[in-house]
Amino acid sequence: MRIVLFAAAAITLLGFAPATTQAAGEVVLDHQEWSFDGPFGRFDRQQLQRGFQVYREICSSCHGLDYIAFRNLKAIGYSEDQTKVLASEYTLEECCDDQGDIFDRPAIPADYMPNPYPNEQFARASNNGALPPDLSLMTKARHGGPDYMYSLIIGYQDPPAEMEAEMMDGMYYNTVFEGNQIAMAQQLFDELIEYSDGTPATTEQMAKDVSAFLHWAAEPKLEVRKQTGIRVLLFTFIFTVLAYFLKRRIWADVKH
Amino acid sequence: MSTEKGWGMQAFDWFEERLPIVSFIDHSIGSKYPAPKNLNYYWNFGSLALFIMVVLIMTGILLAMSYTPHVDHAFQSVERIMRDVNSGWLLRYMHANGASFFFIVVYIHIFRGLYYGSYKAPREVLWWLGIIIMLLMMATAFMGYVLPWGQMSFWGATVITNLFSAIPIIGDEIVTLLWGGFSVDNPTLNRFFALHYLMPFVLVGVVVLHIWALHIPGSNNPLGIEATPKDKIPFHPYYTSKDAFGVGVFLLAYFTVVFWFPNAMGHTDNYIPANPLSTPAHIVPEWYFLPFYAILRSIDDKLTGVILMFGSILILFVIPWLDTSRVRSATFRPIFKVLFWIFLIDCMVLGWCGSQLPEGIPLILTRVGTFWYFFHFLVLMPVIGWIETPKPLPTSISTPVVAKPAE
Repeated sequence: MRIVLFAAAAITLLGFAPATTQAAGEVVLDHQEWSFDGPFGRFDRQQLQRGFQVYREICSSCHGLDYIAFRNLKAIGYSEDQTKVLASEYTLEECCDDQGDIFDRPAIPADYMPNPYPNEQFARASNNGALPPDLSLMTKARHGGPDYMYSLIIGYQDPPAEMEAEMMDGMYYNTVFEGNQIAMAQQLFDELIEYSDGTPATTEQMAKDVSAFLHWAAEPKLEVRKQTGIRVLLFTFIFTVLAYFLKRRIWADVKH
Repeated sequence: MSTEKGWGMQAFDWFEERLPIVSFIDHSIGSKYPAPKNLNYYWNFGSLALFIMVVLIMTGILLAMSYTPHVDHAFQSVERIMRDVNSGWLLRYMHANGASFFFIVVYIHIFRGLYYGSYKAPREVLWWLGIIIMLLMMATAFMGYVLPWGQMSFWGATVITNLFSAIPIIGDEIVTLLWGGFSVDNPTLNRFFALHYLMPFVLVGVVVLHIWALHIPGSNNPLGIEATPKDKIPFHPYYTSKDAFGVGVFLLAYFTVVFWFPNAMGHTDNYIPANPLSTPAHIVPEWYFLPFYAILRSIDDKLTGVILMFGSILILFVIPWLDTSRVRSATFRPIFKVLFWIFLIDCMVLGWCGSQLPEGIPLILTRVGTFWYFFHFLVLMPVIGWIETPKPLPTSISTPVVAKPAE
């Protein structure tokens, strides 16, 4: 009985955290099944590579991925040589040569993904005043994570009649975005890109792949975390059972 | 001198004569420290708090080796810990969730004290030291939350430090001193990091005093009556084995969160780098501050709110005298027992209110909850002590145990 009360109290306390914030928006997200869900969840490398392709060919023209270096792409299944080739497609400005001049050089795997804009002002000037956020941590910085991402990317509609007058210039109606007005136009359309693995590039497929990729970018240690967790929990469980029987044996002679 | 002793024992005795540290430990938490034999599992939470505190200090020191307390680098250095430092993600998740679990454990420890009257004579100083520990924990946790320099770090720091501006005359000076300037900025982050590193060691000092003060009267027990020597058993091996089992159960819960829900108790906005030009729609503190945050916002006047919030903790210092009943354990206090559970629910309601915007029904609940919080301590505690008829107390701890089979 006491243990039950204690457990109830603990769960209630834990319950505060989600309750804190989910009340704010009553947006219904389009929940997807993700390969990385659940206690044993893992990333689907093939999907992450497709998602990277979507990011590279579409998103990266406006959004940075500051915390991902080309070398990190080995974790989604690219070989050392492939990351070298991927990196070399980008040109970086380096300071400085022996004469003190800035020069251009191809990127190497140790470099981080170059940001599409040199500075914030330039980014805003190119985007009607809006700043395209960096995507490295996006799925951890929004409620719903990859589900939010997915729902937002496919959440474009014509504004409902009562919203039409409110829509600001250069803003687009989105069912998921806070306030329903987003500065980014719909980006994904069927067959916009051609997947190198032959998967049909439907809007939903691309949205799902890029959301999975961005979840990897935000939480690259997810797999090792869950795998370590299984072993740690197993060890702790055995320790706890042994500790329980040890305690019982030691206490056997105490009347209490 | 005994000649049968091996050289190892002789060396041990030689050392022990010069610095009796082993027997000191044995008297503190070993076989020479007698504890009541009827302690239930709620008494595990003291040693659990000690355990998680050590985990926090160890992970914290390792994190500090890779963290950079500068507004331009703090967020990035945390991400580097998460991505490039060996097992850095594990250290950070253990540390961040460890803070939450420290509060869960300590709150249960405090409510256990409230239920079983552990604050009453002769344990008032022990209780005081516990409140000081809680205050130190809160300050340390608050400053630690600022270090990743995310949006909630920055705006939480802004809101909480601004509270001090409500103090008449010197308020603004205090805020400037806390900030090290005229807004939350790099000097603020620097001093918070220095203090976040320092305060845990102050905390350890007060914990030592807390344990010392515990050893003078010894542990209270679920019956709340004095334990005679025959009702006591040595701490080791009885309570060391029981605490080891408790640590195991605790770790199962802790590791489940660390490895599968590491961000469940955090706020998503803290994965957005701090931006002084963009205020989040809804600034909320970490869950363990929510009841106090609710009390702060229960009233429109800032100074009154601040006084109520600090008062809600400081009032705990005087409850050994506000509670007029001589009977410690709520087991024998039928009215107080009911009020205890109402008070616990009240604190949880306040916690929920703290997570909501202060308007409409949450605001009404906040006000009722805040009133009840103080009404419980200031009015009900003294009055119930006078009018309540406690159930008859057992004559000794062994009595109910021995009497049971006869029933």
